[in-house]
Amino acid sequence: MLQPPPAKYGGRHTVTLIPGDGIGPELLNHVREVFRFSCVPVDFEVVQVNSALETEDDISNAITAIRRNGVALKGNIETKHTMAPSVKSRNNLLRTSLDLFANVMHCQSLPGVQTRHKNIDIMIIRENTEGEYSSLEHESVSGVVESLKIITRNNSLRIADYAFRLAREKGRQRVTAVHKANIMKLGDGLFLQCCREVASGYPDITFDSMIVDNTTMQLVSKPQQFDVMVMPNLYGNVVSNVCAGLVGGPGLVPGANYGRDYAVFETATRNTGKSIADRNIANPTAMLLASCMMLDHLNIFVVCERPVLCFLLQLHTADIGGQGTTSEVVQSIMRIIQSKGQLTA
Amino acid sequence: MTLIPGDGIRRELANHMRGSVFVTTFCCMPVDFEVVNVDSSVTSEDDISNAIMAIRRNGVALKGNIETNHNLPTGYRSRNNLLWTTLDLYANVMRCQSLPSVRTRHRNIDIVIIRESTEGEYSNLEHKNVPGVVESLKIITRTKSLRIADFTFRIAWAKGRRRVTAVHKANIMKLGDGLFLECCREVASGYPEITFNSMIVDKTTIQHTCTLVSRPQQFNVMVMPNLYGNIVSNVCARLVGGPGLVPGANYVQDYAVFETVSGMTGHSLANHNTANPTAMLLASCLLLDHLKLHAYAGMIGTAVLSTVTETQVNDVISAQLDTSQHTRKFKAFAWSPLCYHAQHVARTKRLNMQYSGLATCSLPT
Repeated sequence: MLQPPPAKYGGRHTVTLIPGDGIGPELLNHVREVFRFSCVPVDFEVVQVNSALETEDDISNAITAIRRNGVALKGNIETKHTMAPSVKSRNNLLRTSLDLFANVMHCQSLPGVQTRHKNIDIMIIRENTEGEYSSLEHESVSGVVESLKIITRNNSLRIADYAFRLAREKGRQRVTAVHKANIMKLGDGLFLQCCREVASGYPDITFDSMIVDNTTMQLVSKPQQFDVMVMPNLYGNVVSNVCAGLVGGPGLVPGANYGRDYAVFETATRNTGKSIADRNIANPTAMLLASCMMLDHLNIFVVCERPVLCFLLQLHTADIGGQGTTSEVVQSIMRIIQSKGQLTA
Repeated sequence: MTLIPGDGIRRELANHMRGSVFVTTFCCMPVDFEVVNVDSSVTSEDDISNAIMAIRRNGVALKGNIETNHNLPTGYRSRNNLLWTTLDLYANVMRCQSLPSVRTRHRNIDIVIIRESTEGEYSNLEHKNVPGVVESLKIITRTKSLRIADFTFRIAWAKGRRRVTAVHKANIMKLGDGLFLECCREVASGYPEITFNSMIVDKTTIQHTCTLVSRPQQFNVMVMPNLYGNIVSNVCARLVGGPGLVPGANYVQDYAVFETVSGMTGHSLANHNTANPTAMLLASCLLLDHLKLHAYAGMIGTAVLSTVTETQVNDVISAQLDTSQHTRKFKAFAWSPLCYHAQHVARTKRLNMQYSGLATCSLPT
């Protein structure tokens, strides 16, 4: 739907790489290794963001780099909630500055991964810039905090429109809006109303809505009933984590953040994974699949998804019940790539 | 005791329970019901005000969920929400426990979820300053956060539970959830024997659903603000077998209201005699315990739990869990036999009790 960005010189794209914290740097190094091995025509411009600093210079540099290149691949930047409240989440700053309004996550059951539920194939589209993540809080009276959740007609129409266009493009039959309009009548009521307006222009797609508590309950019992889901920011966060858990965990699902002019790819559940950092046990699947999505976006027709998923039939990392280390998994993927010969079409 | 039947299946269950279990002579329950109907389609607040007055008079209530039609005008407040805030029923307690022989995907779950019920995202404070822009206020106060944290730790201590997890999103809502977390930590420092940790809500939900990374069995007691409580309790209810099996209780110093955990009214199941009465019956047992009628609570509780392990009942619960939306074929299984069986067991137990003296209840609370 979006045009590939203009940062293409001599047939090679330049992509901003933000390593982040925790397992991010390690997994992104593996991505670069796989790209080098497969001769993918992508150069990375690495921009470090130090989450321990209070100034916003680092993240501003990263944002400038993404504006220049148009595309980025990032690890999660930790937000220490022990720091002063004025230090805003760097990830959130990135999304709002670049107006990456749509977070898209495709949850599907992967071959070779044992889960309690099978045949899941859900696309989750989450509004990425407003809602509960507006970072507007104040303490008018001592001991009483007001957090503002903002819902606007423009952004709701925009995300609903994106959801329906994507559903039509991918041949999906049904879009479900997730809300809590029985309690937040004005806010989520507006969101729902916008979704209905857009739905009326897509008579071939069935539209329904579901309250968020019922949705989470249904997801845990019968996730196969869902097709495409669209929702405001916080519910998107919860629902995407539930779905990621259903298909095997945070190590398997990639996510993408799209704006009108830019796209940033990362793991869907945005975990820093501090406790497993630098131990060679993290699952690289999510990050590798995210890089495949990025190559799709750049119209570089590299058949990369299949090798990444093939290895799942043979070798698992600890998070999905196996014994393999991250490097073993990456080696296995590179072997599969080698055996399949030239990838670029 | 006030009885608010509510809408949908809750009305049917409330009446069923009252008719078949409590009031029948052989149970001889020293409880009288004052039934207050609340009509959810009417916009005036008279019905719910009557209900609130009745609860103030009686101190205890058993209720079904009152539907909130979100197509009604925005001045119409959720009746359930009005009840919690007017009576200041700040603590919603739900115990999610895997029931024996109910086939579910996860086993050995025993989590107590304590949710702050009167503030947070449910403050009903919304406004439209500029056309097309809505601001919803989420309120977190120090007083209420300390109160719910204190309640949690006291319950954990009383029930011998030694781990409390606070669920939050303080990386994004730094002031709001940050304050909540800070209050929990303050109270935790007064209970050195209880381990306190905190977890961001996304990680919590993934821990509940992911098969292999971690398991819901790691949670013991969880405390959280209103919205996360709503979501997490629905996830947990489904993990142990569904909303038909889990009772909930709402407490404040002077009043207590008992209900089933799910907020849904179950219109599609109403009056077909297929709704699961277990949750409502277990809620009534919690109520009896609260009234210190432990013997009766034990009688009904044991009967219900033993009936749930019956194969036929278990099959239907499992069938309801596995049935997909498009191939839904509910067996015309009459749930009234569950109540009759419960009565039969209760009758037997009561006869035994007459000879051996009153036993104290061993019901999950």
